Amino acid sequence: MSEPTPNRTAETKTKLKRRRSDLPFFLVMSGISSCFILLIVLLLAADLMFTSFEDFRAAVMKPEIQSAFRLTILSCTIAALLSIWVATPLGYLLSRYRFPGRLLIDTIVDIPIVLPPLVLGLSLLILFHLPIGGWELEAWLRDDIGFPVTYRWPAVILAQFSVSCAFAVRTMRVTFDQINPRAEDVARTLGCTRGQAFLQIALPQSWRGMIAATTIAWARALGEFGPILVFAGATRMRTEVLSTTVFLELSIGQLNAAVAVSLLMVVMAVVVLVVLRVLGTGLTS
Amino acid sequence: MIEFQNVCIRAGDFQLNDVSFEVGSGEYAVLMGRTGRGKTTILESLCGLRRVQSGKIMIRGMDVTHWSPADREIGYVPQDLALFPTFSVAEHLQFALRLRRFHTTQIEHRVSELAEMLGITHLLKRQIEGLSGGESQRVALGRALSFRPTVLLLDEPLSALDAETREEIQTLLRTLTDNTGVTTLHITHNAAEATALADRRFHIVDGQVIEKSESQTQEAEELDSPTG
Repeated sequence: MSEPTPNRTAETKTKLKRRRSDLPFFLVMSGISSCFILLIVLLLAADLMFTSFEDFRAAVMKPEIQSAFRLTILSCTIAALLSIWVATPLGYLLSRYRFPGRLLIDTIVDIPIVLPPLVLGLSLLILFHLPIGGWELEAWLRDDIGFPVTYRWPAVILAQFSVSCAFAVRTMRVTFDQINPRAEDVARTLGCTRGQAFLQIALPQSWRGMIAATTIAWARALGEFGPILVFAGATRMRTEVLSTTVFLELSIGQLNAAVAVSLLMVVMAVVVLVVLRVLGTGLTS
Repeated sequence: MIEFQNVCIRAGDFQLNDVSFEVGSGEYAVLMGRTGRGKTTILESLCGLRRVQSGKIMIRGMDVTHWSPADREIGYVPQDLALFPTFSVAEHLQFALRLRRFHTTQIEHRVSELAEMLGITHLLKRQIEGLSGGESQRVALGRALSFRPTVLLLDEPLSALDAETREEIQTLLRTLTDNTGVTTLHITHNAAEATALADRRFHIVDGQVIEKSESQTQEAEELDSPTG
């Protein structure tokens, strides 16, 4: 008599295994993921339900808020452009070269990311007002150059730039890490200097990353609040950006206006994200 | 033409010591040796992408040891080809000529001549995305030969190709190098390739470059192969 039992058991096991579904995998993964998505959607929905169109219109019509809106758009755009201007060469150097002090520079770039925002603002304030042998940066800029910074609009941009540039550098570094350096090597054997290889070979490949870095820098600048409050103040019509507006409206009990401005910021962020993403796919396709 | 004089190179965790060899003008030399023995390192130091610790590298009788890659006038085809993702096929062939500020008509003439020689005229307007292995190889060869270098370096140019394409490219390589008179150094670990192409055969053994005859190459291949 043969003993088919072990074989048959193996067959049944195989069949059972094959019948196992992927459904639990998708249920668990999407279940966990949806918690976060749901949280954000609920936040926005609550904001929308709290405010009415009239509140929104009234808030948007206020001259203070219109002025804050203009300053926000302008300062975020300048901060983002400055960030990408600095982040591209710095990201490239960090990605391509091993030089003494590279680790230190890498760490310094991350400091604005990990530093509490208020501390960053305070540090900026101290830097501009620290007397060094009778010389002070802010006094020099104000008296000799005629360009005072603290508690004026340049302070807003500098505060935004300090943080958003760090994020842009991170993005650009990853971008260049993902671009094959061999192409630049070959370009150099074909007659390129390192500069030409960067400009003609690496840079055209980094478009997508540059757009992502600009987007991130812009979005970070939009959300900046702590350093602006400390370094630029919250003077209505002068250094007020939308994030400060929310704080100011909230502090005088105008909850409706605060929520309306918050929604305005959400719309701005979404528009910028979508425009840059479309631009990104358009350029790379 | 190409001369290594007692060159020492450190690369990662291995070291090449006292490497000396010479390839004459217009010769087709094949450099063999197992993976990780420093074949690519030798090519990289020859075209200036890797610094040498000591010794001299001479090309056309000139000491180029400390020259930048751009000044050495060497055509280089790396193993991964490293084509430029944002360039069209034609732009690959034009690139080195543009850098040398050739006149537009000269560039056009050279590109069509090269494309015909390589059989890629119908691909000139294409982007490199979607090119087959053989087509990419031809573009990389064209890019390396575009500025009429006197030295051509090929890093395992046939290893990623199917048998039929390999044969095609092999014939193309022989025709190209015969027609242009370019001095060629070709890396491979395939003895058949060496037999088909080489005027001279070099092997890397224990960090040294040694010249071997055809029969010695085959013996070495048998010893190196896992079944041998």
